[in-house]
Amino acid sequence: MSADTAVEPRGQVNEAQTPVISVRNLWKVFGPNAERVPGSAELAGLSRRELRERARCTAAVREVSFDVAPGEVFVVMGLSGSGKSTLVRCLTRLIEPTAGEVVFEGEDILRADKRRLRELRRRKFSMVFQHFGLLPYRTVVDNVGYGLEIRGAGRAERIRRANEVIDLVGLDGYENAYPDQLSGGMQQRVGLARALAGDPDVLFFDEPFSALDPLIRRDMQNEVIRLHRQVGKTMVFITHDLSEALKLGDRILLMRDGNVVQAGTGDELVGAPADDYVRDFVQDVPRADVLTLRWIMRPSRDSDQLDGPELGPGMIVRDAVRTVLAADRPVRVVENGELLGVVGHEEVLDIVAGNQAGA
Amino acid sequence: MRSVVNKRVLAGVSLSTVAALTLTACGGSKIESTDVAEADGCGTFNIAINPWVGYEANAAVLAHVAETELGCKVVKKDLKEEIAWQGFGTGQVDAIVENWGHDDLKQKYIEDQKTAVSAGSTGVEGIIGWYVPPWMAEEYPDITDWNNLNEYAHLFETTESGGKGQLLDGDPSFVTNDEALVKNLELDYQVVYAGSEPALIQAFRQAEEKKEPVLGYFYDPQWFLSEVELVKVNLPEYQEGCDADPEQVACDYPVYDLDKIVSKSFADANGPAYQLVDNFNWTNADQNLVARYIAQDNMSPEEAAEKWVEANQDKVEAWLPQS
Amino acid sequence: MATTTMTGASTRTTPRRRITKPLAVVGVLALWFVAWTLLRGQDMLELPRATLTELHHWLNDVNDSVGASRNSNPLFLYFFNEIRAVMDALVTFVQGLIAQPAYGRPVPVLGWLGVVALVSYVSWVFANWRVALLAAGGFILFGLQGLWQESMDTLALTLVAVFVSLLFGIPLGILAGVSDRFHRLITPVLDLMQTMPTFVYLAPLTLVFLIGPASATIATLIYAMPPAIRITAHGIRSVPAPPVEATDSFGATRRQRLTKALLPLSKRTIVLGVNQTIMAALAMVTVAALIDAPGLGKTVIKALQTTDVGTAFNAGVAIVVMAIVLDRVTTAASVRAEQGGGEVDPRIRRLLLAGFGLVAAVCSYLSYTYLWASEFPEGGQLGEYLSQGATTVTTWAQHHLADLTSAVKDGVTIALLNPLEALLAESPWWLMGAVIVLLAALVGNLRAAAVAAVCVGLLVGSGLWNASMVTLAMTLVATLLVVTLGVVVGVWMGRSNRADRVIRPVLDAGQTMPAFVYLIPVVALFSVSRFSAIVAGVVYAAPVAIKIVADGVRAIPESTVEAATAAGSNTWQTITKVQLPMARQSLLLATNQGLIYVLSMVVIGGLVGAGALGYEVVAGFSQGQLYGKGLAAGAAIVVLGIMLDRIARAAGQRSDRASTAAQS
Ligand SMILES: Nc1ncnc2c1ncn2[C@@H]1O[C@H](COP(=O)(O)OP(=O)(O)OP(=O)(O)O)[C@@H](O)[C@H]1O
Ligand SMILES: [Mg+2]
Repeated sequence: MSADTAVEPRGQVNEAQTPVISVRNLWKVFGPNAERVPGSAELAGLSRRELRERARCTAAVREVSFDVAPGEVFVVMGLSGSGKSTLVRCLTRLIEPTAGEVVFEGEDILRADKRRLRELRRRKFSMVFQHFGLLPYRTVVDNVGYGLEIRGAGRAERIRRANEVIDLVGLDGYENAYPDQLSGGMQQRVGLARALAGDPDVLFFDEPFSALDPLIRRDMQNEVIRLHRQVGKTMVFITHDLSEALKLGDRILLMRDGNVVQAGTGDELVGAPADDYVRDFVQDVPRADVLTLRWIMRPSRDSDQLDGPELGPGMIVRDAVRTVLAADRPVRVVENGELLGVVGHEEVLDIVAGNQAGA
Repeated sequence: MRSVVNKRVLAGVSLSTVAALTLTACGGSKIESTDVAEADGCGTFNIAINPWVGYEANAAVLAHVAETELGCKVVKKDLKEEIAWQGFGTGQVDAIVENWGHDDLKQKYIEDQKTAVSAGSTGVEGIIGWYVPPWMAEEYPDITDWNNLNEYAHLFETTESGGKGQLLDGDPSFVTNDEALVKNLELDYQVVYAGSEPALIQAFRQAEEKKEPVLGYFYDPQWFLSEVELVKVNLPEYQEGCDADPEQVACDYPVYDLDKIVSKSFADANGPAYQLVDNFNWTNADQNLVARYIAQDNMSPEEAAEKWVEANQDKVEAWLPQS
Repeated sequence: MATTTMTGASTRTTPRRRITKPLAVVGVLALWFVAWTLLRGQDMLELPRATLTELHHWLNDVNDSVGASRNSNPLFLYFFNEIRAVMDALVTFVQGLIAQPAYGRPVPVLGWLGVVALVSYVSWVFANWRVALLAAGGFILFGLQGLWQESMDTLALTLVAVFVSLLFGIPLGILAGVSDRFHRLITPVLDLMQTMPTFVYLAPLTLVFLIGPASATIATLIYAMPPAIRITAHGIRSVPAPPVEATDSFGATRRQRLTKALLPLSKRTIVLGVNQTIMAALAMVTVAALIDAPGLGKTVIKALQTTDVGTAFNAGVAIVVMAIVLDRVTTAASVRAEQGGGEVDPRIRRLLLAGFGLVAAVCSYLSYTYLWASEFPEGGQLGEYLSQGATTVTTWAQHHLADLTSAVKDGVTIALLNPLEALLAESPWWLMGAVIVLLAALVGNLRAAAVAAVCVGLLVGSGLWNASMVTLAMTLVATLLVVTLGVVVGVWMGRSNRADRVIRPVLDAGQTMPAFVYLIPVVALFSVSRFSAIVAGVVYAAPVAIKIVADGVRAIPESTVEAATAAGSNTWQTITKVQLPMARQSLLLATNQGLIYVLSMVVIGGLVGAGALGYEVVAGFSQGQLYGKGLAAGAAIVVLGIMLDRIARAAGQRSDRASTAAQS
C-alpha cells in the first residue's frame, strides 16, 4: 500500500528539463592545507584512509557530480560517515566546499558573495535537520516563523504564515507550546513547517527522521510524500535507510567514503547494482516491492502464447503478482504498443521468493 | 489560586499604603538638607594613615586638633607607606605623621622627585631589635646578651628553622638586616619570615602564655608591648656608620627618630594644618597611651584622641599656629 | 584555566606503550633521587632576601620612570585621567545613593529601608520569592551587625566593579566565543590577570589612577573580569550546533546569528558568569582596602592591626553573607532565565509586579524622607555577640586544640613537606628543570614539555628559582590535601543530600571569608610556619574541589549506580569501582582548580610564615626598593600556575584518551 502513494513524477523525471541544481566535481576536504588535495593528482587518488595518514586530511566528499531535476525528490544515501551531511551542507555552503561547482538555476553558488548567498538561503532554500535545531526558548509559532523573522518579515505576516504551515503539517493546537513539550515527531513537524514557511524552491533534508521511532518515522515519511504532492517542491533528501530512500526518492545517489558509487532510480539500484558494495547494500530489500516488470521480463520465446494480459514495464512486481499468477499464459510487457518482453509465473515467483535475480 | 494571589496583592498594596500614610502622619524626624559649611582658612587636610596603631595614634590626635581647633576638613586615607609617599606627587596626600627611616623613599621623593619635605621629628623614638618574651628573660637572665644566643639556639628550634634556632622576622615593611646579622655574628640561627605584624604578635603572645621560647624581631613603640613586656636582646652596640654596608652589618639597629613627612606643596602653602604638623611633637609615653586606648580599650581612634587631648591641653596649645 | 577543554581525535596508544609509560615515570623519579643524593645542595640558585638581580633593578627603574613621567605623559593626561574621572564619578554616584552622605544631605539618598525593599523586590522580579526573603534577611543582618554603612560602601564598590567588568567582559567574552583567534590570544592574558597576585599591581595602580575609588575599582575588576569573559566565551562556545546551523541555513547575518541564536541559547551560562564575577569582586574587598577602598575590608584590616579577631570576624561574616545573598540571587535568576517564569499567569504576575513595586517605592520614599528609615536603628547587639563569640572560640581553640594542631603541623611538615622541599629546592636547578620537562613529556605530551621548558627558563630568569621550588613544594602538599578533602567530602556530599545541605554553606563561607580574618587563628593553631600557609590555602581551595567532585558524583546516572547495587556491590565497592571512576572528569577538574586556587593564596601564605615567593611579593609591595623583586615573584607565581595547569591538562587529555581507547 505504501509504495503506490508515491508522487506523480516518480520514475518519470524529464531528463531534458534543465536541472535545478547541478553539482560538478564537488570536493570537501577537512584538515590542514585542504585546498591542495583536489588539485593534486597524487593526493586525490589516495583512499580516504591513506589520505588521512599522509596529509592528515579527511576527504568527506570527493569529486561528486549529479543533477537534481525540478520537482524531484533526490535522495542521497550511504552509511554513516560516507559524507552525506557534508555534501548537503556544501550545496548551500553551510560548509564551504573545497573545490567544484554547485549551479543553482544557472548561477554558481560557490561564487556568490555573502549577501547573495544570504539572499538565496532566505528565499530559495531551506533545510530540515536531523536534530531538529529548534530554539528551545521560542514557542512553536515563533520557531516556525523564525526564517521569516530572519528575512525581516513583520510580526503579523509571520504569524499568519506560520499558522498556515502549522495547519499544513498537522500541528494546529500546539501553536503556543514550547519544543520540549512536544514529542520527537511533533518537533520534527515543527522543523518541517519552519522549512516550508519561507516558501522555498528547494528543501534539503538531512536525515530528518533518523532520530524518530519506526512508527512515527513512517508517519513522517508519508507526511513528506503528501506535502510533496501538495506543494511540489524540489527536495534533496539525505538518509542512511534504504527503504526510506526507495520509498521517497525519485532518484537515489549512493555514496561510500565520499565517492558516488551509483546514481539512479530505486529499481536501477536494486536491479542493476554497480558493484558488490551496492549489491550488499540492497540485498535485504524486498525486491518485489521495488523492481518493476522491466527488470524481470524475459524476451518472449516461441513457445510463449502471446495473448495474455498486458501490463506496463513500470509496474511494480508486487502489484503485478496477482495478475501474472491468475493468468495461465505469460503476461505481456508492453510500452507504447511495443512488446518489450513477457513475464511468467517463474519470474514472478523467483522475485517474490527472494531468489537472486540476475542483472 | 488566582483569587488568593489577587488578595495577596491587594493586601500588600493597601497595607503598605496605609502604613505609608500613617507614618507620614505621625512623622518621625525628617531629614533636612545640611548646608555644607566651608571651613575657612584651613581647607582640606589629607592625612595618610599607615597601618599600625602607633601611627594611628599620632594621626588621630592631629586630626582631632585640626578639626576642632583649626576647623579643617580632615580626610584620612588608609594607605601603606610606599603608596602614601607616592601620594605626595599626585597631591592626594598632605602628610605622613610617623615615618620609620625609609632612606630609600626619602632619596626618591625628597631628593630626586622633590615632591616631599621633612617636617621634623615627632619626638617619638623608634627602637628596633630582637626580643624575647618576659618569661624567658626571667628564666634565662643571660639570654639578653647576644653572646649567649648560640647556647640557647636549641630552644628556638622549630619545624621551619632547619635544625637551627629560629629568629622570627616580621612585617616586610620594616628594614631588616637580620640575615646579615646572623651570618656576621656567626649565630646558629635561621631567619624565618612571619610576613606580617599580626602573625608576629600572635607568636609572641602565645609564647608568653604557654611559656614557649621565641626570639623575634620587634619594635618599640608598639601597643603590644603594654600587653606583654617583651625584653630586648642586646646586640653589639650601634656605632655611626656600622650599618653602612648592609652585607657587613654586625651591630644593633640605630635608634630611629620617627619623623613627619609632608608634601612639598603643602609645606609651601604654609597653612594652619601644615604649621600644626610641623609643630607636632610628643613622647613615646604619650603615643603609647593613645595606642592603648585604641588597641586594648577598644576605643575608636577619634574617641581616643579626644580623651587624650582633653587631658593634655597644654601640649596641644604648643602645637597650634602662632597667629 | 577555569575550564578544561578536551580536544583531540583519539589516537590510540598501543598497549605496549601504555605499560612502559608508568615505568618510564618511575625510572625518571628513581634517577632523579639518585642524582639528588649525589648533587644535593649544588646550583640551588638561592638568592638572599636583600639581594636584587639585574632584572629586579631594571623593573624598579621602569616603575620609577613611569611614576616620574605621570605629570607630563600624554597617556596620563588624556587617557588614564579620563578613565579615573569616570570611575570615580560612578563609584561616588552609587555611594551617594546607598552609602555616603551626598547631595547636601547628611545621609545617602536611600536609607536602609529603601535598600532592603528594593533589593528584595529586584530579587523577586528576576529570581523568586525565596531568595528575595534571603536577600532581605541578609541585608537586615548587616544593619544588626552594626555594619550597615560599611556594607553599603562595599556593595557600591562591588556593584560598580561588576558593572564595568560586565560592560567590557561580556562583549569580549562574546568575541572570544565566536573567534578562535581572539580566544587563543586572550586566554593567557586572562590567566595572567587571575593568577598575578594583586599586591603586585596595587602600588602601580595608585600611581596611574591615584588613590581613591578608581584604583580600588580597577584593582577589583582586573580580578573580576576574567570569569565574565571566560564563562561568556564558554557559554557561546557550548551552544548546541543544530539551532545555530538552522539559523545559518535561513540566511541569518552574523548579528542575527548572535542575537537570535547564540545569546539566547547561552543566557544561562552568561548569568553564571555574572555570578562568578560578583564572587571574584567580593574576594578583593580586603585587599582593595589596602589602597583606601572604603567598606568592610577596612574594618577587617583595622581589626587585624590590633589582633582583634572578633571584629574582623564580624566584618568577615558580613562579606560572606553578602556573597551568599548575591550568589543565590544570581543563581536563581539564571535558573529562571533558563526555565522561564513558571506557572503564574502573566496577568497576575503583572499585577503582583505593580503591587510590590509600589511597596518598594513607598519604602524608598520613606527612607529618603525619614531618619528612622534612613539610618539603621542603633542598639543591634548582634555584631558584638558575633565578635565575642568568635574571640571566645578562638581563645578556647588555641588553649585546647593547640597541642593537637601543632602535632598535626609537625607530622605533615616532617613527613611530607620537608622531604619534598629538600628534593625540589636542593636539587641543582638544571636537574630539577630536566625532571620537570621529562615528567611533562611523560605524563602529558610534547607540547606540555615545551611549555614546561619555557616556564623553567622563565623561573630561572626571574632570579627566584629557589623560592619558586619552595613555593612549589608547599603548593603540591596543599593541593594533595585539597584533593583528598575533595574526594572524601565530595563523595559524601554527592551521595547524601542531607550532607550536601549542611556542608554547602560552610564551603561558601570558606570560599568567601577573607583570609585576613582567619590569619590570626591559623597562626594561633599552627604557629608561624609553612604549614599555616598550607592551611590557609586549603581553607580557600578545598571548597571548590569538594563542590566539583560532589557535582560530578551527583551527575552519574542513577541507572549505573543501580546496576552496581544489583550486582551486589557494597558501599565501598560502589564508590571505588563505579562512582569515582565515573567522576574522573570532575576529579581532574577539581585537581586543576584546587591547584589554581592554592596558588592564588601563596601571597596570603607569605603573611603567616611561608616565606618564599609569597613573602617576596608582600615585601615588594611594602618596600619600594624591593618592588622589582616582588613583581618578579608575582610573575614566578603566574609561571608556576601556567606550568602546572598545562601539564595537568595534557595529562588529563592523555588519560582521557587512554580510557576511551580502552573502552572501545
Ligand atoms: N568538521 C569536520 N572536520 C573534520 N572531519 C569532518 C568534519 N565533518 C565531517 N568530517 C568527516 O567527514 C566524513 C563524512 O562526515 P559526514 O558527517 O558528512 O558523514 P554522514 O554521511 O553524514 O554520516 P552520518 O550518517 O553519521 O551522519 C566523516 O569521516 C567525518 O569524520
Ligand atoms: Mg550526517
